[in-house]
Amino acid sequence: MAVSPENQDKGELSLTVNGRLRSVQVHPMARLLDVLRHELHLTGAKEGCGEGECGSCSVLVNGELVNSCLVPVLQVEGARITTIEGLAEGPELSALQKAFLECGGAQCGICTPGMILSASHLLTKNPNPSMDDIREGLAGNLCRCTGYMQILEAVARASCRGPGA
Amino acid sequence: MTETVVGTSAPRKEGLDKVTGAARYIDDITLSGMLYGATVRSQVPRGTIKAISFDPRLDWGEFVTVTAQDIPGKNCIALIFDDQPCLADGRVNHPEEPILLLAHVDPHRLRKAVDAVAIEFDPLPPVFSIEDSERCAQVIWGSDNLFKTFLIEKGNVEDVWANADYIVEGEYTTGAQEQLYIENNGVIASFDREQGLTVWGSLQCPYYVHKALMALCNLPPEKVRVVQVETGGAFGGKEEYPSMIAGHASLLAMKSGHPVKIVYDRLEDMTATTKRHPSRTRHRTAVSRTGQILGGEIDFTIDGGAYATLSSVVLSRGTIHAGGPYHWPSIRIRGKAVATNAPPHGAFRGFGAPQCLFAMERHMDRIAQVVGISPAEVRRRNFLKPGQTTTTEQTVREEIDLGKLLDRALELSSYSRKKAEFARENPARQIKRGMGIAAFLHGSGFTGSGERFLASVVGVEAGADGRVRVLVSSTEFGQGTNTVLCQIAAEALALPYEDVRIAQPDTDQVPNSGPTVASRTVMVVGNLVRSAALGLKQTLIASGLLGSSYSAEEFRAAGQRHVATHGVLRSFARYEAPAGVFWDDEKYRGEAYATFAWAVYVAEVAVDLSTFTATVEDFVALQEVGRVLNPVLAQGQIAGGVAQGIGFALYEKVVWQNGRMQNGQMTNYIMPTSADLPPIRVFFEEIGNVHGAYGAKGIGELPMDGPAPAIVNAVEDALGFRFNSVPLLAEDIFEAVSKEPSGALLPAGGK
Amino acid sequence: MRCDPADYHLIAPGKLEAVVSLLANEPGQWLPIAGGTDVMVQFAAGRLASRKLVSIWNLPEMQGVETLPDEIRIGAGSTYSELRGQVVIASEFPLLTSAARWTGGIANQNRGTLGGNIVNASPAADSLPVLLAYEAELVLVSLRGKRRVPYLGFHTGYKTMLLERDELVQTICLRRGFSGYVHYARKVGARNAQAISKVCMAALGRLRGGVIEDVRIALGSVAPVPLRLTELERVLQGKPVEPKLVAQAREMAAAAIEPIDDIRSTAKYRSAVASNLVGEFLEQLRDKGNAA
Repeated sequence: MAVSPENQDKGELSLTVNGRLRSVQVHPMARLLDVLRHELHLTGAKEGCGEGECGSCSVLVNGELVNSCLVPVLQVEGARITTIEGLAEGPELSALQKAFLECGGAQCGICTPGMILSASHLLTKNPNPSMDDIREGLAGNLCRCTGYMQILEAVARASCRGPGA
Repeated sequence: MTETVVGTSAPRKEGLDKVTGAARYIDDITLSGMLYGATVRSQVPRGTIKAISFDPRLDWGEFVTVTAQDIPGKNCIALIFDDQPCLADGRVNHPEEPILLLAHVDPHRLRKAVDAVAIEFDPLPPVFSIEDSERCAQVIWGSDNLFKTFLIEKGNVEDVWANADYIVEGEYTTGAQEQLYIENNGVIASFDREQGLTVWGSLQCPYYVHKALMALCNLPPEKVRVVQVETGGAFGGKEEYPSMIAGHASLLAMKSGHPVKIVYDRLEDMTATTKRHPSRTRHRTAVSRTGQILGGEIDFTIDGGAYATLSSVVLSRGTIHAGGPYHWPSIRIRGKAVATNAPPHGAFRGFGAPQCLFAMERHMDRIAQVVGISPAEVRRRNFLKPGQTTTTEQTVREEIDLGKLLDRALELSSYSRKKAEFARENPARQIKRGMGIAAFLHGSGFTGSGERFLASVVGVEAGADGRVRVLVSSTEFGQGTNTVLCQIAAEALALPYEDVRIAQPDTDQVPNSGPTVASRTVMVVGNLVRSAALGLKQTLIASGLLGSSYSAEEFRAAGQRHVATHGVLRSFARYEAPAGVFWDDEKYRGEAYATFAWAVYVAEVAVDLSTFTATVEDFVALQEVGRVLNPVLAQGQIAGGVAQGIGFALYEKVVWQNGRMQNGQMTNYIMPTSADLPPIRVFFEEIGNVHGAYGAKGIGELPMDGPAPAIVNAVEDALGFRFNSVPLLAEDIFEAVSKEPSGALLPAGGK
Repeated sequence: MRCDPADYHLIAPGKLEAVVSLLANEPGQWLPIAGGTDVMVQFAAGRLASRKLVSIWNLPEMQGVETLPDEIRIGAGSTYSELRGQVVIASEFPLLTSAARWTGGIANQNRGTLGGNIVNASPAADSLPVLLAYEAELVLVSLRGKRRVPYLGFHTGYKTMLLERDELVQTICLRRGFSGYVHYARKVGARNAQAISKVCMAALGRLRGGVIEDVRIALGSVAPVPLRLTELERVLQGKPVEPKLVAQAREMAAAAIEPIDDIRSTAKYRSAVASNLVGEFLEQLRDKGNAA
């Protein structure tokens, strides 16, 4: 990023978001969450707590799940970011998104983007997770509506449907 | 006639948007020229404002400032008693009380400005507990700190003591609980002289906000418009509170001439907005040798915080539910809501019932111990039967068999086998296990004359394209309003579910179908949707455009033709109280609710005595709900409510100091994660409901009432210690066990 | 969000040499930030006093786990997820794997680093008692060179440590040779995941000829710094694990710690649980601990 230590102004920074190269004018300490929401107008990632506890800001950075409210944007310069908006391949929903719809995995929906990304990350690493694996994989995403039952069911169902979840 | 839409798991109407990230919540929305607003709050729990100073290092000309003096109308948040100021004017009564509002285009500069306002107070002695409030050493509200009292009397309580074989007493307390919706409170307000005031927000009751803004901003009804946007959880926490935040944003918008967005961060939301009322319930019960309740007294007291808000209604529901699903030949229930210098407490799923039912169900286990019978048996012997009357002398008119419901719950949970197994194995184990039962009921809809007073109106519309839209002010916040009301309309119109839409709750577009609370949406509003839909169908048939049986295309064509000729076609239905339903507001007697849903929950708990932590290992939630209109949604409601109930019982504690919540962050206010909850096994029974759409009863709040007592009953079963308070944390279990390491059961015994 | 990004500098020089030069030339001015799971929480809460931050995230000189015959060397920039994925750690240092699993959720494990845990020095940090139990050594690096110090005694008080202003923790070294030991770790929090410890314990031990040959017991969240119960270990050395010894150990553990009442828990609870965990460990040692 072209910014000198004496200069607190914004600087230009590039990153790939959902497959597209994007360029933003930001302060280096701007949170990735805020850059996604305010600069790139990708409002799928939400701020539920601002302290990395609720997971509703979860996105993938180079394929790894992170809480974007805790990531200074400078540290993801040049990285490949995936948000919920980038999960479906064109008009076709992913297996996880379909399963969430079928099983009732989304109620109020505010935790859903983070929850689906978390589940997607889990299924990429572990395509055939046990119920305990799913519980552990999603333990960083809080849901106040569902009691988790139908979310776990949705992830299990998506995992049975094979890769591309 | 078998239904084809109602009773199926129709997919969530707005589900696609939710799983693709397209759903737009209030903080996802930006308006051109928008400013951000923030609130400067009290630092002291009670006192007078001596001086307000603004740090001269900031250019205050950049900021919009609003104080009580700027309020065009009445400085209050109109609700029931109208005692809560929108902005404190000289006097503060709780440590988060809003005093001053600021707005700026840059939210970061705004934050600094909030920190740059210094307020000097002359403190007054505060009151923080129910007991302190009762003592009236300080009178902080009215003449006696009492927001409201209720008295229910049935039979002849004075006579029961003489004949009692046992008199069983107990005191039970519950703490505050934070709703903890994952989306914080937020609104955007915009004002112009022509259009008036428009507010978009995360909220449950657009017309509550509408009413409050008229009074606050001195505007007529047609100059105030309130629109609910996608709402990320509410649970009651967005029932009355949004009127306050909307009021604040509106004042800033009016003063600045710009749209203003106020969205709280988690710390502000937790500390400053409403929570569940803390409670104290005292039971004194006359019991026969065989464990039959002869009569008793119940003293139910809730802490309302600094202003009345909804305390009188919470108290009402709590007082009416205090006797549980049991037959009381005689009873006196005194309900009381008192004032303290904490931020006002408010609506949270259950609304008084989780508090009083915790007490009742703990008390039933106590009665069982004293009498020497099992927890299941004491309930069986006292369950209400059809034809008997409740504590308010409401006759149970439906064929509910609570004994059978109990039997089924015990079977589903393998209660007897496990209880025996645990009793055998616990002595040698470090991890003690136990089983606990809770039996309860929850009245659907507003109490007594409430529904009549609301006079809800619902519309169903055929638009220019012939498609149908449901018009209600009932909001979706995860519980399935959109889906189920569309299912009902589709069923009534014999149309595919996909052909029915629902309008966004916008007070300019939809009639007032009442607030989205009190487990009334499916039952009461749903019934009106059905009526209005049938009315629409009748109009089209009567006009000759539609035969009495038709295809979806024919319906659409008929609608299109009617609209082309006569303009938009709307059919309305207004609530009418069922005949023969009688409620006496003075004596608090009669038909308190159109119907009750009934439930028996069973919890299996494990307590690890090396860490004193209790965890729920299995949970059976069995309820009779009239009719399940959407199985997936209904299961989701119950599972979610049980999860919140488990949180209420074992995890969620509000730590108070000087009236202020100290643990206002998710790191320190603990709700269960996916790794903490057992499989929550949900089962339904359906005996129908003449007052509800397609036989449905309300289920939204029911699941909140059972988990806490079932769990604490199970903990007692596991350990032999009698806990009468929630939340029950490991530290509390440790305290009890360390004082009585032998784990001896406290002696059963009578008077 | 209670801090303004405009008020902060963050630079990412990308090489260790550039970072330590900065720390040497402008001592005390720059706060190193790795994964940010602690620093960014303070930032959002409006409590981040340091206005200048230098990113050490992904510094190549601080990554990876090197396996040597006698020891493994863990780059301080290794995330918990990376640690969880290391076979040598899972098989020879399972307590570190446990601690990594217990720290936050997956998203925080992908960003939180072992070095960050050490330098943030929360008394409740889950991996620190593990490092005490395994007798880790730290390689500290500065422009002046490297030095290697024992982790025991590295923390001198609440959030104070033997790290010079111009130094970074570069590597954590763990000597191999714990096969045949009983490894015990337990974390007690308010819930099963995403919880700050109320008490956490890491312990190792081995019996020979029915008596304790080697034992290490470390506790977190019960003092301003993570504690190694060296007094207790001395008393246990050479003795058979019998009920009287276990009772004595429990009492000594309770006496050795200084827990407090705080927003999460109480001193009395922490004491009681710490005692229980020590007792539980010794019982496991007795049951499983005989060396070949």
